[in-house]
Amino acid sequence: MNGFVAPEVAWGALSPVLVVLGAAVLGVLVEAFAPPAARRIVQPLLALAAVAGALVAVALLWGDVERTGGTVVLGGSVVLDGPALVTQGVVALLALLSLLVLADRSRAGQGAIAPLVAAVPGSETERLARRRGLVQTEVYPLVLFATGGMLVFPAAGDLLTLFVALEVLSLPLYLLSGTARERRLLSQEASLKYFLLGAFASALLLFGIVLLYGYAGSLRYADIAAATADPSALDALLVLGAVLVLVGLLFKVGAVPFHSWTPDVYQGAPTPITGFMAACTKVAALGALLRFAYVVVPGLEWDLAPMLWAVAIVTMVGGTVVAAVQSDVKRMLAYSSIAHAGFLLTGVVALDELGVGAVLFYGLVYGVATIGAFGVVAMVRQSGPGDAGDLEATDLAQWNGLARRHPLLALAFAVFLLSFAGIPLTAGFLGKFGVFSAAVAGGAWPLALVGVLTSAAAAYFYVRVIVRMYFTGGAGTGDEAPVATADDAAATQDLAPAGGVPGGAAAAESAGGRLPVTPDARGVTTTGPSPAAAAGAPAGATTAVLDAPPAPSGAVRAAGPVRAVTSGPAAVAVGLCLVATVLVGVLPQPVLDLVGRVAVFLP
Amino acid sequence: MPDVEALAPALVAVPLAAAALLLVLGRAADRWGHWLAVLASWAAFVVGAVLALDLLGRPAEERVVDVTVGRWFDAGSLAVDAGIRLDPLSITFVLLVTFVGSLIHVYSVAYMAHDRDRRRFFAYLNLFVAAMLLLVLADSYLLLFVGWEGVGLASYLLIGFWNHRTPYAVAGKKAFVANRVGDIGLLVAMGLLLAHVGALDFASVDAAARSGALSEGTLTAVGLMLLLAACGKSAQFPLQSWLGDAMAGPTPVSALIHAATMVTAGVYLVVRSASVFDGAPTAQLVVVVVGAITLVFGAVVGCAKDDLKKALAASTMSQIGYMMLAAGLGPVGYAYAIFHLVTHGFFKAGMFLGAGSVMHAMDDEVDMRRFGGLARLLPVTAVTFGLGWLAILGVPPFAGFFSKDGIIEAAFVPVEGAPWRAWVFGLVALLGAGVTAFYMSRLFFMTFAGRRRWSDGHDEGRGTAPAPAGAHPVGTPAPVHHPHEAPLLMVVPMVVLAIGSAVLGLVLATRGFTTWLEPVTGHAEHEEPVLPVPVIIAATLVVVAAGLALAALRYARDEVPVVPPVGTALTRAARVDLYQDAVNDAALVEPGTHLTRTLVFADRAAVDGAAVGVGALTVRAGTAARRAQTGLVRSYAATTLLGVVVLGGVVLALGS
Repeated sequence: MNGFVAPEVAWGALSPVLVVLGAAVLGVLVEAFAPPAARRIVQPLLALAAVAGALVAVALLWGDVERTGGTVVLGGSVVLDGPALVTQGVVALLALLSLLVLADRSRAGQGAIAPLVAAVPGSETERLARRRGLVQTEVYPLVLFATGGMLVFPAAGDLLTLFVALEVLSLPLYLLSGTARERRLLSQEASLKYFLLGAFASALLLFGIVLLYGYAGSLRYADIAAATADPSALDALLVLGAVLVLVGLLFKVGAVPFHSWTPDVYQGAPTPITGFMAACTKVAALGALLRFAYVVVPGLEWDLAPMLWAVAIVTMVGGTVVAAVQSDVKRMLAYSSIAHAGFLLTGVVALDELGVGAVLFYGLVYGVATIGAFGVVAMVRQSGPGDAGDLEATDLAQWNGLARRHPLLALAFAVFLLSFAGIPLTAGFLGKFGVFSAAVAGGAWPLALVGVLTSAAAAYFYVRVIVRMYFTGGAGTGDEAPVATADDAAATQDLAPAGGVPGGAAAAESAGGRLPVTPDARGVTTTGPSPAAAAGAPAGATTAVLDAPPAPSGAVRAAGPVRAVTSGPAAVAVGLCLVATVLVGVLPQPVLDLVGRVAVFLP
Repeated sequence: MPDVEALAPALVAVPLAAAALLLVLGRAADRWGHWLAVLASWAAFVVGAVLALDLLGRPAEERVVDVTVGRWFDAGSLAVDAGIRLDPLSITFVLLVTFVGSLIHVYSVAYMAHDRDRRRFFAYLNLFVAAMLLLVLADSYLLLFVGWEGVGLASYLLIGFWNHRTPYAVAGKKAFVANRVGDIGLLVAMGLLLAHVGALDFASVDAAARSGALSEGTLTAVGLMLLLAACGKSAQFPLQSWLGDAMAGPTPVSALIHAATMVTAGVYLVVRSASVFDGAPTAQLVVVVVGAITLVFGAVVGCAKDDLKKALAASTMSQIGYMMLAAGLGPVGYAYAIFHLVTHGFFKAGMFLGAGSVMHAMDDEVDMRRFGGLARLLPVTAVTFGLGWLAILGVPPFAGFFSKDGIIEAAFVPVEGAPWRAWVFGLVALLGAGVTAFYMSRLFFMTFAGRRRWSDGHDEGRGTAPAPAGAHPVGTPAPVHHPHEAPLLMVVPMVVLAIGSAVLGLVLATRGFTTWLEPVTGHAEHEEPVLPVPVIIAATLVVVAAGLALAALRYARDEVPVVPPVGTALTRAARVDLYQDAVNDAALVEPGTHLTRTLVFADRAAVDGAAVGVGALTVRAGTAARRAQTGLVRSYAATTLLGVVVLGGVVLALGS
């Protein structure tokens, strides 16, 4: 029997993680002991400082990693090599931008977060909390915990660390999804869905870990990789285990067919959190996926390639095709993020040394544009009824003519969309170019071909939004893009009596925040007996723009005039994202060099 | 002076920043925007002058300075540095562009005073200056191309500046399209260079061309493509048709862009590519032929035009023909091409400003048949215009004499193996000088001399001659004018340019301007023309005097009819620019239209059908796929599980 040997800990290499998690714990203490007024100021600053500190720590570690290739910490549980460090840097940067959006309370003094998350939607308690001006500042430590998990995730050097990191990043996100101030029911539904499906995916991952342990007798990546070298009768264990671990990771990435949670959760979660999830989680999960694919199972390339190819193709095609028929901005961006997961996967599948740098670079530019885009979504608002405060105007029809009222905001959104579409002179073009060339170099040219074709198709719905903002008259002219979908038209018609609140919606508003009602019986809720139903609203109130067709009278929006509050930290974040997207698009060389120099895995 | 060259990027940056500022600030800058633009332009001139002094202070062999600004982009095997090349040629252009440009800026402050979009005008003007400076300062064809397109853009914007009037907007479009045709040439030339040299910077191209690494065929192809580009930009045959219409722009624009600077960019390109052309005699011959044709073409058209600005435009075309001809002659001609370019920049800009002053006085009237006798009322304009007129005629000692005479002499220099060339091109250049003298004198006399053919409202009867067809409906009395001299801000630039027209030739000729250019153009041994030089000079002067006398008889002494006479067939043809538009229409536009219609049909039937089909299919697929998104967690979980089972099964099946 070996006695327990305490591993030697290189604290310095862990500093980005430690800073963030330490600040998160500190945040919990602040939450417990500081008075509410102080918390409102201290928590965002603490969170921003922590993430900035992590960024500094990454910068300090950079030179060392570039020189030595990386360090193995905790006897191999954590590996701080180039890709891990780049991912940590990207995650920290994106988290910083997300926190700026989250901290924005400039719209009528209300943030995106509900005043009292625990209150039953539509209840007297909730209304009281709103009137008292409560603020749920727990979200900041939660975001920090999630960020901490994301920092460990790509650096995990054994399967247990991977699992723990996954849970550390996931659990806060489940909670955060349920904290939206607007459309409380939708948000809670998203939270629960995310939790259930996330637990399911975690179980699959765990099962995969067990199989791999059974095969290799070790949880260390290095040991497993070594074990794959010689064939044995247990190959089925290895292959199935690898498949299941990959599934667990692909779930977090949001790849088809493990994507189903994405649209609902992205739509229901508070918009700043959605941006955080779409950017940081995806990058962190890709970091972990990259390491797993490049370090653990490169020997299984021929076995796993069909799976990864299939997933990449289905993800690109599926995300693009379904995004094309969305009428809600958040949902459209959600599907577009699925499609982007597919593009990123082409770089992973390449299993080519170009791929690592390309995927990480793409993750950066995609994340920046995503946070910017969701930041813009958070800023385009309409006044809600009663004391509900102002609400996000996420119906695409409401974005008609936005450029005339808010030229800069529309410009920023247009740039983000063009970057998503991969138009030259935006960062997105270079990102796509990088992953597709890596795919071609790795012999996966059919993937690159599908990627280019779906990018072309995706340009359709991105540009359609730009057309709406710039070339379509103000709300309600019905001047649609050529292929208007049924619910587009419905939404436009519903907008026509501007200011007039249709009866159904009014009832819902009295029920809980502003919850659009779907009289369509096909609308389903998973939250059992709906609190809205309890409060007297028609039964079956559920997600606003559920994908289930047809939704003819769904998406009823009582629309005040759409306007944007273009000040405050969110505007700063959007501005930074805009500058970064254009700057990296025009002068990519320094960033490419920076990423390219260290993007080599430690074996 | 250490590192003055570091200032060079400011030449481009300052006007560009001013233009951007004016465009971004919008109406907020309306009150002071034009002064900012004037300041930016003068600032560029000061920088240019400092750099020129620095260059002059160096020994001749060190007068080519490359300033690297930074790596522009790095695309695999092609890396392009953004760099600036300071040499006598570029600095000459810098001084010309900034000095004349700044004067025209000042002039425009008054000329455009009543235009509500004056700030936008100045923003474009600054944009033009920046782009033109980038064009001449670039150290590679690629960066030159950026400036090339920039001046094209500025030209387009300024020709169509009053785009609320459809013909003006159409003129802008015409210029743009004709320029695009030329730009294809530059792009193809760059492609050829990239394929054969692997680099686009002048240094590499020069080295490759001079070392003989490139075959003559390659050099000829590159040269012809560069010539095509030059033809588009410099309105040379057969891409000349846009220049006359470009006069739709405000007159200062015509002076700066369509007389002094931008249209001469083609000549610059040819001279800058001297190494390419020196190795391709065929391409050189084509350059000379194009120059000669344009020279005659412009002169003939100039004789028939009644529109003051269009006549000047025709003369510009013809004078650039001279420069092209000289540039095509090789090292004997390069220096004179640039020399004539500089003097022409002064006297033609001066005359255009004079034309602007006349239009200012005559309520934007441009029909010379409705002018006459303006010298008494606009004395300063008449004198400054007159100096420009004498300069373009080549009357000694005015500027044009030195530069144009040099070109005519160079044209008479015999070429080995083709003795006919010296005679043909020499005589064309010589006769061109005579025709130039005729139409420029015609223009001058019709405008400033003779009896007045307009009314000031007091003398009914004298001014109510039958109205000319065209500008005014038949039967209406001639419009009433109250001519007056232009304000000081307009007069001063005219005076300065007129002084330049008068003395610049003499100054530059005696200070060794042609030697100054030698680091770029190469040293040319003096060669004897087929005729003795004094004979050539004398013949030129005789021809010029004849043209002048004929014009004086017909347009100063005789009555000028307000209604244009029917004229000979040649006159009628020249009035419509020798049918160039008709030819273009028949040769290009009509077939193009038919082709487009066919393509549109095919596009509708086949491509759109497919595209719409694909779009509809996508939407249908999306609608079907979204059915899977039921909102039910159980179905989501089932999807996930199904995915796992299928993928796991596939992997296992394929693996075993």
